[in-house]
Amino acid sequence: MPPVILLADANNFYASCEAALNPQLAGKPLLVLSNNDGCIVARSAAAKKLGFKMGQPLFQCLDLVKKHEVEVVSSNYPLYADMSARVMQVLARFAPQMEPYSIDEAFLALPGFSPAELDWHSKTLRDTVRRWTGITVSVGLAITKTLAKIANERAKKVPELEGVFDISAYSTEKLDELLANTEVEDVWGIGRQRGRLLRQYGYSTAYDLKYAPDGWLKKNLTITGLRTAWELRGIPCLPLELAPPPKKAIACTRSFGGSVTKLAELREAVATYSSRVAEKLREQGSVAGVIQVFIHTNHFNPREPYYANHYTMRLAQPSSFSPTLVNYAQHALEQIYRPGYRYIKAGVIVTDLSSQSAFQLGLLEGPDPWEVEGEGRLMSAVDTLNQRFGREKVRLASSGLERRWWMKQTRLSPRYTTNWQELPIAFAT
Amino acid sequence: MPNPLFDFPLFQPISYSYLPLPLFLSTVRAGFPSPAADFIETSLDLNQFLIKHPAATFYLRVSGDSMSGAGVYSGDILIVDRAIEAKPGQVVVAEVDGEFTVKRLTKIKGRLYLCPENPDYLPLEIKPEMSFAVWGVVTCVLHSV
Repeated sequence: MPPVILLADANNFYASCEAALNPQLAGKPLLVLSNNDGCIVARSAAAKKLGFKMGQPLFQCLDLVKKHEVEVVSSNYPLYADMSARVMQVLARFAPQMEPYSIDEAFLALPGFSPAELDWHSKTLRDTVRRWTGITVSVGLAITKTLAKIANERAKKVPELEGVFDISAYSTEKLDELLANTEVEDVWGIGRQRGRLLRQYGYSTAYDLKYAPDGWLKKNLTITGLRTAWELRGIPCLPLELAPPPKKAIACTRSFGGSVTKLAELREAVATYSSRVAEKLREQGSVAGVIQVFIHTNHFNPREPYYANHYTMRLAQPSSFSPTLVNYAQHALEQIYRPGYRYIKAGVIVTDLSSQSAFQLGLLEGPDPWEVEGEGRLMSAVDTLNQRFGREKVRLASSGLERRWWMKQTRLSPRYTTNWQELPIAFAT
Repeated sequence: MPNPLFDFPLFQPISYSYLPLPLFLSTVRAGFPSPAADFIETSLDLNQFLIKHPAATFYLRVSGDSMSGAGVYSGDILIVDRAIEAKPGQVVVAEVDGEFTVKRLTKIKGRLYLCPENPDYLPLEIKPEMSFAVWGVVTCVLHSV
C-alpha cells in the first residue's frame, strides 16, 4: 500500500497571521496589500464576503473600505515567514515525511493508517496547528498529490466538511463523480493556458482529463500532462520532494516606491538587487554564469512613453561574489538606461548556476585561487554578520544610503514575533 | 507562486540558538590532559530550559501593574506557551474585547474569573456572552533587575 498523501494548506494565510497576533482583527474584514501597497494579495474571510477581489488595486475599492471600516495593512513578510516556520514545525510532528510546498502548504506522507485513524489524525493535526499558532489549515487526503490538492480545495469550500476531506478510500465511481464536478483548470499543474487547449478538444473537467488517451496527452501536454492524468487515475507519479533541488535561476525584482528617472538611483537599486541575488546564491552554495538586468516604465499609463529593455551578460568566471555581480549588473544597466523616462521597476536575474565546489576554472583566464578563497571568506564573514545583526547591516555602499526608490510600505503592522521592540502588548490593567 | 518570504531570516524561540555556559571550567596546562575532561556532561542552554514548544511559544510585553502580586511588572516580557492547555490557577494571556490581558485564571463555585493580583484591581467574571478566549499560558516572566 502506498502511503496516503495529506495536503495541509492554510486558509487566508497572510490575513490569518495578522489576526493571530492582533486580537482586534478577530473576525473583522482585513486586506493585505502587495509591495508598494498597490493591490490586494490576501483577504480575511470577512473581507471575502464583502466582495473584495484578489489582485484588485486598492484605489478601486476605497469606498468599500471606508464604508465597512476595513483594516488595510502592508505585507509584513518577516511576520509571515516566522508564522510559516511555526506551522511547518507543528505539521512535521504528524508524519515521518513532509514536503513544505509553499509558504503556507505542505504535503505529508502517512503510511499504514486505517481510514478511522486518518480521520482522527487529520482532526488532531488541524486542532494542534490552530491552538499552537492561531493559523487554521484545511486538510485534503488522497493517494496522490494531485488528488490531495482536489480534496483540499473541497475541504476549503464546503463548510460541512469542517476543514478535512478524505478521498483516499473512495471507490472509482465516487471519485469519478467528484472529478466530473472539478473544472479542468482547477487541476494542479493545468491552469488557464493548458485548460484552454484541453477545452478545445472537449476535455473540460478533471474526469475528462483522467480518461484522455495517453498518446494525446503526451503529444499535447508533454510528459508533465501525462503524469497529471495518471495521478488522477490514482497512480502516484510525483513523489514527495524531501530535499528541494537547488534553484536553476535566482531573481530579485522589485517595483520602486515611486518612479525613478536618474541613472544614479537606478544604479543603487540594481546594486541592491544583485547583492541580494549573490547572497541567495551563496545560501544554496551556487555560482552564476549568466546575469540579466531589466528595467521598465509603467505600461498602464497611456500619457507617458513606454520603454522596457533588458541586457544579458556571461560572466568571465562563474561567481557569487557580491562586488563582481554588482559590477556586471551596473555595466548591463548602463547599456539599457535611457534618460527621460520614468522607471517603475528593475530586476536582476542570474542563470546557468553551478555548484560552488564544482565550478570549473577557466584555462587561460583562470582566477587566482588565493583571490577566490579570499572572496569566499569575505562573503561568509559578511553573511554571518548579517545573519546575526539583521538584514543588510553590512552592505555595499553602491547600494545607496538614502534609497529614495525603496518600496512604499506605509501600513506595516508590528513585527510581533521577530523584533523585541515590537512585541504584542498584554495589558495588566 | 514565487515566494518572497524566503528572503527573510526567521526569528523565533529556537532551541538551536544557544548561549552555552559550561558547567565548570578548567584551565588548560600545556602537556597535561585535563583530568576533568572526561566528566564534562553538557552545557546549560536557557532556551532549552525556558521553552518546551518553540513553534507555540510567543513573547508579549506587559503594560500595567495589576499582576504585581504575581511578580509580573509593567515592561516585563512574558513567555507564553500556546501548546499548554489552560487550567484554573495558571497565569494566562486571554483575549478580552479585542485586547490581550494577563491575569490568573480562577474558578470559584463553578464560575470562571480573570483575577488580578493587586488589591487596586477587581476580578473579571467570564460570562458566556463575552468575547473571550484563553490565548496561551504564561510559563515565565523576564524581569530585569
